[in-house]
Amino acid sequence: MKCNDANHICDKTQYKESSFWEKIKLNLHLLYCSVCRKYSANNSKLSEIMNQSKIEIINTSEKEKMREQLKKEMAK
Amino acid sequence: MPNHQLNPKVWVDKYSDYMFNFTIVRVSDSEVAKDLISETFLAGLKSKDNFKGEASERTWLISILKRKIIDHYRKINSNKGKAEVRITYNDEESEGDWLEERVRDPFDKTAEDKIENEELGLAILNCLGTLNEKQATIFKLKTIDNFDTEAICNEYNITPSNLWVIIHRARTAMAECLKENWF
Repeated sequence: MKCNDANHICDKTQYKESSFWEKIKLNLHLLYCSVCRKYSANNSKLSEIMNQSKIEIINTSEKEKMREQLKKEMAK
Repeated sequence: MPNHQLNPKVWVDKYSDYMFNFTIVRVSDSEVAKDLISETFLAGLKSKDNFKGEASERTWLISILKRKIIDHYRKINSNKGKAEVRITYNDEESEGDWLEERVRDPFDKTAEDKIENEELGLAILNCLGTLNEKQATIFKLKTIDNFDTEAICNEYNITPSNLWVIIHRARTAMAECLKENWF
């Protein structure tokens, strides 16, 4: 397996979208590839702190409302 | 010294999420937070001639937002009428010095955790601001809102492999950006 594919599986794994076989293939690849091992470690860390941060975003329709309001005010 | 300029057209896209997380830890009510942010944008628009270009756009908006938050607390306090403070000094249940019992508990970690979480949240949003807009939006939808791959693909009219390329680039950039202080 190429590193590109490994990283793709690794990304999917962060969102629990990789299959069982993909995970096995990824882990086999990680056994001998230190570059991907590093990517994988950073990637998991990123998921972890994203979870930990309890960050929230304003949903798309609310943002649209704000944009409209601002636009109306700018036109005045 | 760079002379900053205001561009109200991009305010919502560039700063609303940052401001939202800044506000939510201070008012703990997302509806109130959203209202305060809308008010801040409108107030910013009204007083944009006062902007001297010394601070960045975001810093300037945050300073308005801070004032809005203070106003909000003033308002809810005056709604309450005269506040009544009732402290029972001789509580049968608790022994010992009443004053000591009322000082801040140094082992209470929640306050500290809250501050650290806020810092982390703002750091993440800061890094998100360095991504290009499409990457940032899709990364946010996927990672924070936990949208399905399919839903995002339909919404933005991209293929799943496009999506994963965007996610991969965003994740690489985010990890790089956060590495120094948070990993």
